[in-house]
Amino acid sequence: MQEKRKAANILIYSILTILSVIFIIPIALVIMNSLKNKLYISTSPFALPDSESFRGLKNYIEGLTKIHFMDSIGYSLFITVVSVIMIIVFCSMTAWYITRVKNKLTSFIYFLFIASMVVPFQMVMYTMTKVANMTHLDNFIGINVLYLGFGSSMAVFMFTGFVKGIPIELEEAGLIDGCNPLTMFVKVVFPVLKPISITIAILNAMWIWNDFLLPYLIIGTKYRTIPVAIQYLRSGYGSIDYGHLMATIVIALIPIVIFYFMCQKYIIEGIVAGAVKG
Amino acid sequence: MQKNYKKYFPIFVLPTLLAFIVAFVIPFFMGLYLSFCNFKTIGSAKWVGLSNYLYVFRDSAGFLSALWFTVKVAIVGVVSTNVLAFALALLLTKGLKGTNVYRTIFFMPNLIGGIILGYIWQLLLNGILIRVAGVDLTFNSTFGYWGIIILYNWQKIGYLMIIYIAGIQSISGDILEAAKIDGANYMQTLKKIIIPLVMTSVTTCTFLALTDCFKMYDQNLALTGGAPANQTAMLAMDIFNTYYNRTGFAGVGQAKAVVFTVLVLVISLIQLRITQSREVE
Repeated sequence: MQEKRKAANILIYSILTILSVIFIIPIALVIMNSLKNKLYISTSPFALPDSESFRGLKNYIEGLTKIHFMDSIGYSLFITVVSVIMIIVFCSMTAWYITRVKNKLTSFIYFLFIASMVVPFQMVMYTMTKVANMTHLDNFIGINVLYLGFGSSMAVFMFTGFVKGIPIELEEAGLIDGCNPLTMFVKVVFPVLKPISITIAILNAMWIWNDFLLPYLIIGTKYRTIPVAIQYLRSGYGSIDYGHLMATIVIALIPIVIFYFMCQKYIIEGIVAGAVKG
Repeated sequence: MQKNYKKYFPIFVLPTLLAFIVAFVIPFFMGLYLSFCNFKTIGSAKWVGLSNYLYVFRDSAGFLSALWFTVKVAIVGVVSTNVLAFALALLLTKGLKGTNVYRTIFFMPNLIGGIILGYIWQLLLNGILIRVAGVDLTFNSTFGYWGIIILYNWQKIGYLMIIYIAGIQSISGDILEAAKIDGANYMQTLKKIIIPLVMTSVTTCTFLALTDCFKMYDQNLALTGGAPANQTAMLAMDIFNTYYNRTGFAGVGQAKAVVFTVLVLVISLIQLRITQSREVE
């Protein structure tokens, strides 16, 4: 029995290890090719870099400077951070208000948010681009307003679920202590919302950081975020330089990997919560 | 208490609501109206009734072929990701030491954006195809089809696995212990206890994978770009191309988007039905 158990465990470990290797190979391949001359990438991607094909970090330096990739990293970072902060602050306030103040208007607003969750982006893609042009939201500051709009339904829905569980006595105590509703929200409710805020922040950060279509359509010609820049590298310059493509992909992966290892626990918890509720 | 709150509506609700109206509500109703119009710019829209919709269903090389391709991807993609994710979840919940490392690795691709995923796999798959067959992914639609399936599995397995792990871990140890005492072997436990008790996770994961497949765009764009000749274009890409790559077809594009929305809505309603009927039990 013991022997059999041991054999089974070794088998499981072997399967898991082989699968892990399969999962890592694509990324390892990109890293390896990012060090090679472009001529050797498309013809022999599986060959290790040798004295002929090795280019050191030249692809990285050229990739960063030629397509202004540093600017792209800046835009992506700015838009992700600002949008996520806006979503957390404004949606938590909205969710709290429409949970506590029940009337026809707030119920209708809640219904609108919920109903919009099933509508795919393509339904509003074209007309939203036109509205964004008309309202001058088509720059890297205005796009945050659009992200607040698109992120609001899911965020309000998740915050509402959490607000319902907050004991109302806690809030009343705050009001009796002389707070107005706004300071009471900041001092009493918002701190209690911290766990769900982290979850919502992570889900939205992942979405906005990786989003391609919205920034491409709204600000793609002037301000290229990372995914837009990588896509442009492929289609915008005539013949593609695979060396630059590989290097920029690796650079784009670094912040994701760091973020993942820093808050893996929260990310995985957030994913489970988001999946079950969404 | 509520009266006191009333004048705070503009502070608490208005910012979110205005952003939501600009980004979603106005574009949604404008889009609905424009799907019945012929237009080059929105100002010049002319009402044409149902003719855009008729075109959508008559143009067999466009929407219908993209729909069929998407359905084919969805069927194989949903089944393969779910089976593999469930199998991995079973292996990772056997209480072996050090399985967190594997969980970390399997989940990671899920954090990478669709455009980057597409180019990573293009490099790998083209490398293999050129060596074995002497052609690349754009050679025929079968290569593109399996390319999308492989990419989709790589991206989604870890994600669904996490949900399955949560489902399996929520099964109480007492039940499994009781089955063991009754002399059930592993396959019997799996069939009679584990699978029935994770059916809610199965529903969640199936529909997550399904709606994801239907809305897929970035991966499709980066991996095949629809090549050859739009044969590997999925629904979202066909809609995008109709809007932006064919002049005078924006109305048809909008009609396609409405049909697409209805399809996604139907899928969501079926999911809701199934989930609710489970909760009653």
